[in-house]
Amino acid sequence: MFDGLVQRLAAIVGPDHVTTAPGDLSNYQYDGSADSALPQVVVMPGSAEEVTAIVSACTAAGCPYVARGAGTGLSGGAVAEAGGAVIAMARLNRILEIDCANRLAIVEPGVVNAHISDAVRAHGLQFVPDPSSQAVCTIGGNLAENSGGLHCLAYGVTSHHVLGCEIVTPDGELVWLGGRAYDAPGYDLLGVFIGSEGTLGIATKVVVKLMPLQEDRRTLLAAFPTVEQASGAVSAIIASGIIPAALEMMDQLSTKAVEAYVNAGFPTDAGAVVIVELEGLRGTLEELVQDVQRICIAHGSREVRQARDEAERERIWLGRKSAFGAMGRLGSSYYVQDGVIPRTKLPEVVSEVAAIAERYGLLIANVFHAGDGNLHPLIVFDERTPGDYERTVAAGADILRACVRHGGSISGEHGIGIEKRDCMTLQFKAADLDLMARLRAAFNPRGLCNPGKLFPTSRRCGESARTVARGALAPEMVDAAGPAF
Amino acid sequence: MADRGYIGEQHPQLSALDRCTRCGLCEQACPTYRLEHYEPDSPRGRIFLMKEVAEGRAAVDANLAEHLYRCLGCRACETACPSSVPFGELLEDGRYQVELHGELDPKRWGWRTFRHLAFETVLPSRTLFTIAMLPAQIVQQLPPLRALRFLFPRRSLLRKALSMIPPASTAGGAVKAGTVIEAEGTRRARVGLFTGCVMDALFAGVHAATARVLARNGCDVVVPSGQWCCGALNVHAGERRHATEMARVNLAAFADPTLDAIVVNSAGCGAMLKGYASLLDGDAQAQRFAERVKDASEFLFELGLRQGLGPVYERATYQDACHLAHGQGIRQAPRALLVQIPGLKFVELPNADRCCGAAGVYNLTQPDRSAAILEEKVRDIEATGAQSVVTTNPGCAMQLQAGLAERRLQTRVCHLIEMLDRSYRSGP
Ligand SMILES: Cc1cc2nc3c(=O)[nH]c(=O)nc-3n(C[C@H](O)[C@H](O)[C@H](O)COP(=O)(O)OP(=O)(O)OC[C@H]3O[C@@H](n4cnc5c(N)ncnc54)[C@H](O)[C@@H]3O)c2cc1C
Ligand code: SF4
Ligand code: SF4
Repeated sequence: MFDGLVQRLAAIVGPDHVTTAPGDLSNYQYDGSADSALPQVVVMPGSAEEVTAIVSACTAAGCPYVARGAGTGLSGGAVAEAGGAVIAMARLNRILEIDCANRLAIVEPGVVNAHISDAVRAHGLQFVPDPSSQAVCTIGGNLAENSGGLHCLAYGVTSHHVLGCEIVTPDGELVWLGGRAYDAPGYDLLGVFIGSEGTLGIATKVVVKLMPLQEDRRTLLAAFPTVEQASGAVSAIIASGIIPAALEMMDQLSTKAVEAYVNAGFPTDAGAVVIVELEGLRGTLEELVQDVQRICIAHGSREVRQARDEAERERIWLGRKSAFGAMGRLGSSYYVQDGVIPRTKLPEVVSEVAAIAERYGLLIANVFHAGDGNLHPLIVFDERTPGDYERTVAAGADILRACVRHGGSISGEHGIGIEKRDCMTLQFKAADLDLMARLRAAFNPRGLCNPGKLFPTSRRCGESARTVARGALAPEMVDAAGPAF
Repeated sequence: MADRGYIGEQHPQLSALDRCTRCGLCEQACPTYRLEHYEPDSPRGRIFLMKEVAEGRAAVDANLAEHLYRCLGCRACETACPSSVPFGELLEDGRYQVELHGELDPKRWGWRTFRHLAFETVLPSRTLFTIAMLPAQIVQQLPPLRALRFLFPRRSLLRKALSMIPPASTAGGAVKAGTVIEAEGTRRARVGLFTGCVMDALFAGVHAATARVLARNGCDVVVPSGQWCCGALNVHAGERRHATEMARVNLAAFADPTLDAIVVNSAGCGAMLKGYASLLDGDAQAQRFAERVKDASEFLFELGLRQGLGPVYERATYQDACHLAHGQGIRQAPRALLVQIPGLKFVELPNADRCCGAAGVYNLTQPDRSAAILEEKVRDIEATGAQSVVTTNPGCAMQLQAGLAERRLQTRVCHLIEMLDRSYRSGP
């Protein structure tokens, strides 16, 4: 029964690191998305062995569980939708080893993304994946979502920068996938685990690659009258053969919201701004800078500014990274989409998004990892206005449909979780989903490890995904998870 | 549950709570989250709890009280928040509601008694406050008494209190209420000096130094009589009635329309004085008052320092007071003043704008958390190799001093103004 499990958990981690107090639980019902659901217990392990024991205890009790990093996920991945236990990994935040000669580090999963680069910068190294949430999100979360970052255009996403990880399987076994060396033989189980959204087990150690810092770096900020012109410039830059380290775009609404926070001199009267970062050897960048400037001006840019120093560069990037967080200036909640499209389709999809906003009478701000064709339309809504959330979800689904119609996909980097699961059918056939379900069952046969995520429910894409009212478990979810306690 | 919701008008407002998008970007800026990695002790967690009450899903209860009082009130989360959630205000209103609801939990008895004594009895009364400060003043004048601290166990309240008492200023002097210190040379401004409560009792030397530096820079310095404590400690403890009265007292004391500015050398008081308009509900007189309030560093930086700074051969670092950096957004001015001192080797302190754990009475109410935060700060200071750590707030100064003493470091703590004063005095 419930009490028995809590006592076992307390024996594993110590009574200070487990709680069932309603007040505490209420703070573990949300992540960075619009979803929420109350867990019945929160447990905070301090070692991989404790995680193993926790997973075994939950499995024995038939209790569903979900790992939680920093809770910045944008698809409800860390929300305990089926109730049960939240395993909060944030205490596991030690950097265990830095091996400069082999350019790798071994870290615990609760280590904050940016703290790795902070720790190795003095050695001229960095951990490249840099999601906008990097100042707070954890490596465990990055691994589970296969997070991208501002610089993944040139350097790839999390999966390109992880050599191995130690995981606790849902059977309660501690195993290694990959290791310190490149390309482990056999099936690429590491590849399977990365991006599995916490449904195949819990990572307890991660071996990350470190890359040398580039010698020289230039950051340009170009203002355009319209999003269409800015998108044209983005395509033209790539078509010219230049591969910028980062190539980002924000529309006017987003630019205004972040400028109110950072005062970085973003032109708030521009229809869109493009941020281009070039990296390389000293003496090689000047020509590229001029090329980029020329292309931007040819596509209608009226101002291309180069950051004069590191402080100015940091302010520009802080502005870009603050876009989601700044949505509180526009409304009380936001819902972010994560569609991907072929870069050349940007102008068309952008106008479709504008039309959708108009049709639903919703405010939509846009930021783009433009170089990757990854769009983040931010739909602003009000939690307390009846029907607002439902309209938002429906509008979001229309946006994803547009992405798929233009040859793209429904998620670039934020994961499927709860939020996008019913839209999986836009992209995958029943046979594909069945194969995925069998893969999950191979790792997670009892389905207790982060249940309900990733796979479509009986709802249609665009029907409100809010299955669980705040503060109450929907009966169907409890049934789905079996008698938990 | 409804009967345990917010009472009256003065409570965390939905319009402010709604600004929080739950993005979590503030989490690592928060010293209490960094300490325990526990969501209820993060800014996002606290905002969420206050919003649950505002929306009628939770009550004002012991849980809310606990997490609001584990907060330092350092407002680092405001600096980190892209949506500018006014956390400081929310916290004050949240604590106000907690106190309105009374006991909530028998464990809060000690705090409620202390709160009643300190903020509703002693602070509002000049006489009682003067008596309460006597023991500390005696220790200040008789330094050997400080050694008594070794009689008490580490982390005990008395040991901490004894090591916090600042040494008497070497430059000496004090300012007298009701006097005017006249400008040297051409007069550039006429300012009022805010003297407050703890600053006046234990940092008289800083006030004297402030008056000297201002006069040296061409300011007539008026020290109005009748002024009193700014009320910040009260407001931070959810007490508004006496705080409002203190604010009225200060408005009256600084009513003189010829004052170009009201200069304050304590960051915590400055943030409060600048907030009088909102404390007094947009009162027009409070508005005019607040507009004239300037931190000493802000004022001197805008005015521009006069020639005559002499050398101070020292390695010094700077700790941002939370209520200066996060509360008033003043970061550049103090550094820009320090680097003008000839001979002074300025080194930046890592994480300079992270709270030292003093946070008003936090070091008394949450001694373990405060000590853990302080330890990290002292290690950062040690790493700079500085001989002096400069700051701009009495609470921080006392806390840092206690931390440095506990680690037996020789680094001295001084106020920014004392450093400028020293420099002028060693000049031509
Ligand atoms: C302002 C903001 C900006 C963002 N920018 C980006 C961006 O640029 N790019 C991007 O890709 N994402 C971005 N995100 C999304 C989010 O930050 C990432 O998905 C991040 O990786 C989540 O990390 P977390 O520690 O917060 O994980 P959580 O939200 O706590 O969890 C996310 C998922 O990871 C699982 N998980 C956590 N720890 C483990 C573990 N140890 N083992 C197994 N599973 C685990 C959870 O179960 C859950 O399914 C942003 C979010 C915000 C709020
Ligand atoms: S307070 Fe600001 S930074 Fe923190 S979660 Fe809310 S919106 Fe994000
Ligand atoms: S005021 Fe300081 S301690 Fe309180 S929530 Fe904000 S950052 Fe944390």
